[in-house]
Amino acid sequence: MLRPRIIPSLLVHKKGLVKTEAFKQSKYIGDPINAVKIFNEKEVDELIVLDIDATKQKRGPDFKLINNIAIECRMPLCYGGGVTTVEEAKKIVELGAEKVAFSASAINNINLLKEVGDVIGLQSVVVVLDYKRKGIFNKLELFTHNGTKSTGVNIFDFIRKLDEIGIGEIVLNSIERDGKMNGYDISTVEKARNIFKGPMTVLGGAGSLDDIKELTNKFKIIGAAAGSLFVFKGKYKAVLINYPSFEDKNFL
Amino acid sequence: MVTVVDYGSGNIKAITNIYKLLKIPFFVASKPLELEDAERIILPGVGSFDYCMSKLNNSGLKQVLNRKVMIDKIPVLGICIGLHLMASESEEGILPGLGWIQGNVRKFDELKLVNKPKLPHMGWNSIQVKSASILFKGINNEHGFYFIHSYYIELLNDEDIMTITNYETDFVSGINKSNIYAVQFHPEKSHSNGMKLLQNFSEL
Repeated sequence: MLRPRIIPSLLVHKKGLVKTEAFKQSKYIGDPINAVKIFNEKEVDELIVLDIDATKQKRGPDFKLINNIAIECRMPLCYGGGVTTVEEAKKIVELGAEKVAFSASAINNINLLKEVGDVIGLQSVVVVLDYKRKGIFNKLELFTHNGTKSTGVNIFDFIRKLDEIGIGEIVLNSIERDGKMNGYDISTVEKARNIFKGPMTVLGGAGSLDDIKELTNKFKIIGAAAGSLFVFKGKYKAVLINYPSFEDKNFL
Repeated sequence: MVTVVDYGSGNIKAITNIYKLLKIPFFVASKPLELEDAERIILPGVGSFDYCMSKLNNSGLKQVLNRKVMIDKIPVLGICIGLHLMASESEEGILPGLGWIQGNVRKFDELKLVNKPKLPHMGWNSIQVKSASILFKGINNEHGFYFIHSYYIELLNDEDIMTITNYETDFVSGINKSNIYAVQFHPEKSHSNGMKLLQNFSEL
């Protein structure tokens, strides 16, 4: 039986791992390779690694870092950050990543996704949607550049287009819930689920396995991603990499 | 020694990374001569059927591959699109496949999939072993393997089925016909189960 995926999401900033709150106040977690090694031992379902500097610094992906991470990964790896061309995506797959995530470049030019799909397969094309409420009607708008740049694009309008193209996966990332650890944005997931036929992963807000359980009980086959939950322990947020065992996951 | 075929598509490094870790000798072959002495071959593949097939056609490796597999009968393991390439044809493309296995590659019928997500079939799924094979020795079938695909093989002969997996409907997730093995999932991305399978293949 196919199972929901429980996915640690790691943010790379200045070559180290950090964890943010509402995309701000980044706290240093440790060395990326070391973290990947620990997640290997814990046999995590999948791993998302996002370079949060690349787009902001107007540079491409850090292939050396991707290579070093991919060498260690004995699980599927989704890499995102600064990918703007077909060649870059192809190179990332050749280095051993299964999935390439796009955000700013896809919002600027959605056709890029089709071009990339022709080469690496649409199933490996992922779009990360960083969103928050905006304006007096609280419309959910997409943001880029670590949540600093408003795009004027409504999240659901964009998901409709992604569904038409048939990309492999969308990652719904609530900027407001990032690092808060008080639950996923279930109502947005529900609306997105009604629009998008393919695999979805939800990020932002998970504070306990109960939060993951709420998501998987409601949506069954879904990706439950989390940052803080898998790198912090206790209310003072001491850094401790952790992940549920296969048996624990079965109880979810 | 395991020889991984590099015809310009696929996650070669993900596979060789595992063999490196297991300290099992491997070789990456991209020229026909380099395949001559191969004892075991892995045929990977990422992307669309025609993309991979045209890469393979242009690589100059097809002739020696056909001979090694169909005449010398050395063990071969296809992974994901590598499995599809072994079939006669695929709904995903117009190019003919290698035809090592009698069967056609079909797309899951989205209309028949009731629940969302529909396609791709992606994530960790269990397997059911239909014909005992050394390849699955020591494998935890319930933990299963990582899948990411929208197409699957429909075999002409049921005796070629090695494993099946359920995605609302049962489909063939592993095939075996004498020296030919192929899996729909990604052992190179399936933790200890995947490492075990790749190790088992190296000992065939």
